[in-house]
Amino acid sequence: MQRDWNQQTAEAIIARYEQVQASLLPILHAVQEEFGFISETAMRLIATSLNITRAEVYGVVSFYHDYRQAPAGRHVLKLCRAEACQAMGAEANAAALLNRLGLDWGGTTPDGRLTVEPIYCLGLCACAPSALLDGELHARLDAAGLEALAMDAA
Amino acid sequence: MRIFVPCDAAAIALGADKIAAAITAEAAARGINAQIIRNGSRGMAWLEPLIEIETPEGRTGFGPLKLADVPGLFENPAAHPKALGLVEAIPFFAKQQRLTFARCGVIDPLDLADYTAHGGYAGLARAISLGAAAICAEVKESGLRGRGGAGFPTGIKWETVRTATSDQKYIVCNADEGDSGTFADRMIMEGDPFSLIEGMTIAGIATGAAKGFIYLRSEYPHAIRMMNKAIALAAQANMLGDDVMGSGHAFHLEVFVGAGAYVCGEETALLDSLEGKRGQVRAKPPIPALIGLHGKPTIINNTISLATIPIILEKGAKHYADFGMGRSRGTMPLQIAGNVKHGGLFEAAFGITLGDIINNIAGGTASGRPVRAVQAGGPLGAYFPPSLFDTPYDYEAFTKVDGLIGHGGLVVFDDSVDMAKMARFAMEFCAHESCGKCTPCRIGSTRGVEVMDKIIAGIEPEKNLALVKDLCETMKFGSLCALGGFTPYPVMSAMNHFPEDFTKPALPLAAE
Repeated sequence: MQRDWNQQTAEAIIARYEQVQASLLPILHAVQEEFGFISETAMRLIATSLNITRAEVYGVVSFYHDYRQAPAGRHVLKLCRAEACQAMGAEANAAALLNRLGLDWGGTTPDGRLTVEPIYCLGLCACAPSALLDGELHARLDAAGLEALAMDAA
Repeated sequence: MRIFVPCDAAAIALGADKIAAAITAEAAARGINAQIIRNGSRGMAWLEPLIEIETPEGRTGFGPLKLADVPGLFENPAAHPKALGLVEAIPFFAKQQRLTFARCGVIDPLDLADYTAHGGYAGLARAISLGAAAICAEVKESGLRGRGGAGFPTGIKWETVRTATSDQKYIVCNADEGDSGTFADRMIMEGDPFSLIEGMTIAGIATGAAKGFIYLRSEYPHAIRMMNKAIALAAQANMLGDDVMGSGHAFHLEVFVGAGAYVCGEETALLDSLEGKRGQVRAKPPIPALIGLHGKPTIINNTISLATIPIILEKGAKHYADFGMGRSRGTMPLQIAGNVKHGGLFEAAFGITLGDIINNIAGGTASGRPVRAVQAGGPLGAYFPPSLFDTPYDYEAFTKVDGLIGHGGLVVFDDSVDMAKMARFAMEFCAHESCGKCTPCRIGSTRGVEVMDKIIAGIEPEKNLALVKDLCETMKFGSLCALGGFTPYPVMSAMNHFPEDFTKPALPLAAE
């Protein structure tokens, strides 16, 4: 579970990378892992610690798809939308699920239970369609399998 | 009793971890002493999870295995409903020429003794005795070309870095395998990680670089864990560190995790990302071989190129170059994916035809419907219609028909595919992933989506098709890197080979 913001924890994370030559990306990964997203406060602290501008930190955070600037739902479901999964009907399955949940891509259910995001390739292209739920991989997901996966995540 | 249960991400996604646990429990309940080995994948994805039991005749396979199939493994295995016989006799496997993937699926990926027993580190030992210049000559002679997609001769790149003068040089492995339909990098890192470590170490000795990075995409958490463990084991065994194998050469290696940007698979964007910046493409020249990571001479090679180096050094350049055709020497790990009956990784010498791969080896579509299109080379690769299936798998032959082999991915589509939608997707993907540095890619892709939407809606199709063609020309010749430059391949090939999908009558508004 992700924890609430804690300045000391964040400083300890940054300190872990003191000896690393290009530490911004690893620090951002670790901060997001700890707090679930990268807040404005976190960006300020990282900028000060690395002696770079806030614009540089924001530039990197906003460039990469992995980094989020707001918390996600309790569960994050990433559905592969790349060609191999499309060839096996992933788009229709995803559309049905989003429709059922009343969400667009990137949206979170009103109860904060589930966020559904696109991902472009999990490397499971020969057993498509595939998905990643809270870091766990799932393959050969038909429409029913996907719905069960999304609905069972409590 | 030795039982092999793959720890490959595809097998795990299909339940391999639960099956391993069930096998352990079942064996314990029956009082059977079973040793479970978590091997890599054999690459036969339609059979995953593919479990193997060692017998005096060889390893016999069972798959695709479900939990309910586990007890039967301990009763009469030969009569098991999922029994496949000897794994290496399965035609898909038996027809291959495995050089790069010779150990993948066979050994325990984290057992260094198993690795050396199967030829591992013989290449490095020979490389140390040869010395830098002779290693580069050997790699050149093997004919190995960059397996990431560009196909640039690996030996020439190495020679450039070797002869560059600098206090610091780097070896960078491009493991940012973002192409849909490709998973060879993932499979080798999860199934035989020491081969990549050995290949990078040889590259270090060949060029005088003492530091290496593996830029590994965050979408591959299993590969990240496996590589980190393997690096730690190699360091413990003195195969990495200040005195590799007692040779006096230093080589240190670490994994750098990407952050979900497709464009970072482009080598210069990858270097910027590795320096902690936005992954934006650099203008070339200067080439990374001279001014690369932190401004120093840098070898940047694809995972498969580097993982192929050990066998070239072990068996000699000629052994490798004897496979293949024309200027495409050696083998290519083909990745057959999408709507396909027998999908997976098939390593074969260059020269095999596309039709042979799709129809004979892969057995056509999973849906049983006719094959309509095959996208070769990832999201920036062309769509091939069956009329081009006689094209031999070869860099030059693919170029001749306006395609590319890329990183070796083949995504199969049946006749339900709408090629206008696929062309639109190519533009949409480019817009989603563009680094924003050059205008043709950044703006062109967004305009491309808009024009494709008009074509799909049946609005002035002739005029808009001409506009897309013009836009593709601009992107192809005006973009800084392959993302904008190659997006026209899927778009134009879809338009040229499947024109009927682009001239549908306008739908009445209510129908959507």
